[in-house]
Amino acid sequence: MTPFPQAHSAPSLFDRGTLFFKPSLGRNLFNYICTSIAGLFATIAVLPLVLVLLYVLYQGGRLITPSLFTQLPPAPGMSGGGIGNAIIGTVVVTLIASLLAIPIGVGGGIYLSEYNRSGWFAQVVRFCNDVLAGVPSIISGVFVYGLIVATRIFFGQSYSAMAGGIALSVLMLPTVIKTTDEGLKLVPQELRWGAFGVGASQVVTILKVVLPAAFTPIATGVVLAIARAAGETAPLIFTALFSPFWPEGIFNPIASMSVLIYNFAIMPYAPQNQLAWAASFVLVAMILAANLLARWISRVNRA
Amino acid sequence: MSSLSTPSAVPESPAGAYTLRRRPMSEKLLDGGFRNLTMGLAALVATVLLAILITVFSGAREAIAEFGTSFLTSSAWDPVNEKYGAFTAIYGTLVSSFLALLLAVPLGIGTAIFITEDIIPSSLREAIGLMVELLAAIPSVVLGLWAIFVMEPAIRPLLNLSHKLLGWTPLFNTVPQGPGMAPAILILVVMVLPIITAIARDALNQVPIELRQGAYGIGTTRWGAIFNIILPAAISAIVGGVMLALGRAMGETMAVTMIIGNALNFNVSLLAPGNTIASMLANQFGEADGIQVSALMYAGLILMFLTFVVNVAAQWIVRKLSLRY
Repeated sequence: MTPFPQAHSAPSLFDRGTLFFKPSLGRNLFNYICTSIAGLFATIAVLPLVLVLLYVLYQGGRLITPSLFTQLPPAPGMSGGGIGNAIIGTVVVTLIASLLAIPIGVGGGIYLSEYNRSGWFAQVVRFCNDVLAGVPSIISGVFVYGLIVATRIFFGQSYSAMAGGIALSVLMLPTVIKTTDEGLKLVPQELRWGAFGVGASQVVTILKVVLPAAFTPIATGVVLAIARAAGETAPLIFTALFSPFWPEGIFNPIASMSVLIYNFAIMPYAPQNQLAWAASFVLVAMILAANLLARWISRVNRA
Repeated sequence: MSSLSTPSAVPESPAGAYTLRRRPMSEKLLDGGFRNLTMGLAALVATVLLAILITVFSGAREAIAEFGTSFLTSSAWDPVNEKYGAFTAIYGTLVSSFLALLLAVPLGIGTAIFITEDIIPSSLREAIGLMVELLAAIPSVVLGLWAIFVMEPAIRPLLNLSHKLLGWTPLFNTVPQGPGMAPAILILVVMVLPIITAIARDALNQVPIELRQGAYGIGTTRWGAIFNIILPAAISAIVGGVMLALGRAMGETMAVTMIIGNALNFNVSLLAPGNTIASMLANQFGEADGIQVSALMYAGLILMFLTFVVNVAAQWIVRKLSLRY
């Protein structure tokens, strides 16, 4: 407690003590306690990321060798080998999903923002998009299983990379539409008027003026959606399935890192568990890199 | 596009001052065609949603006809005798997601307050915000792997202790043996925490500065302002975010599947292995055939319904209850 200065005193009209900060006051103690609790909560919230990253780095990082990227996974119980096919598989499946979801999503977003901002049809589409965004990822796997795998519509093939890619694209689509829609809405109306004013048609205005102006938010959203899809497992386990071999085209089952982690994590063999950690390391590194790329895109272009 | 640069001469224009160009037919067709194309792409979203509903429903029809509403209340899951009931999984889905939220909501909102109020330097605040966002980017399957090999062994002593102290209550009356409901709830907390934190943070950031200034101006403390002014102003968006997180927790699959134990028998204890609809689908769908596929689709339909209700409620709350400034 600091003593209150009582020196040169004009006669005071009120108790000057209330002007000074008293740490022992109830409200100040309450303040102190609440701040400490919030700080503690923030520490707890950050802890899992630190722990997960440290373990993935420690367990997976020490297994990073060239052969990890060039070899096939070993038979259950055997050691050695790599996850080369799973890395390629993840890239292939994510690529299929992106090639489907990005054009559809950007196109749909253009419609919502440029042609029909508040009509009933746009409202219905936005509502459906929000519902689709909330559909659990496993349901998208069940959907594609029922629609494509069980019916064998692709050349009589059941499980295939194509089916996996479609299942992932169902998950990506709502994010891409939403970011395109929101991104285009941020483009100032004056740009469109300017383009129309110099005689551009609506297609040219949208494709050459409005879309480039909204590149940053759309690109950020798309990169995040791709990163998210690359780590998804649930839609793949019974659509793309898994394959211990190198990819055999997009109409055959294909390995992926996420499914490999799932399969190998629940096996009772140490070498497989090790490979699961190594695959986690590669996958997490790719996804974090994509996330940092997205942040970089949005920061560089804003400045 | 070349049509743009070739203006057709219009006779009545003053010489060389300006030219008028008529829109050629091709340009009009292109405009209309592009509009219809994007409209079709937008319609595709609604189509996909409808197709999901139809596919899952038609797959589930056999099981709906066979088991009816007793599917919701029966906890039998017996592939040998083809008797199916999803009570265990529905119970697991609801209990795991609600308990996870019970833990994650205070943590998430506390963190959001800590990184929006002026408590620590802004660079530190941004670092914490970034780390929470990156946590959301970690794939669920990696968290599941971490949960199996790191988290579960680490919390086992704690679970044993809770069994010893609270073993007389039905919630803790089994000996923890690895995978179970409690570790699944904890990993769900890790997964929904970033969602709640991010949304609460945005909501708190959008509270107008005047409200804070007014509160501080009449001499309240920081937490007086937070509890009486700032949180009430942001509450609708926060509640909406919590509902979204609930929907996510219900549908969360991989990490939960890997750590919950996938028990087919019903057990009320949190320390015993359990099951959720999503983990049941992930675990059994690949090997199921006959009416089991249909029963799983039925469970999937229930899951879709649950998440649909939660998500629509979240949107409604955000739209209707938000304060406008």
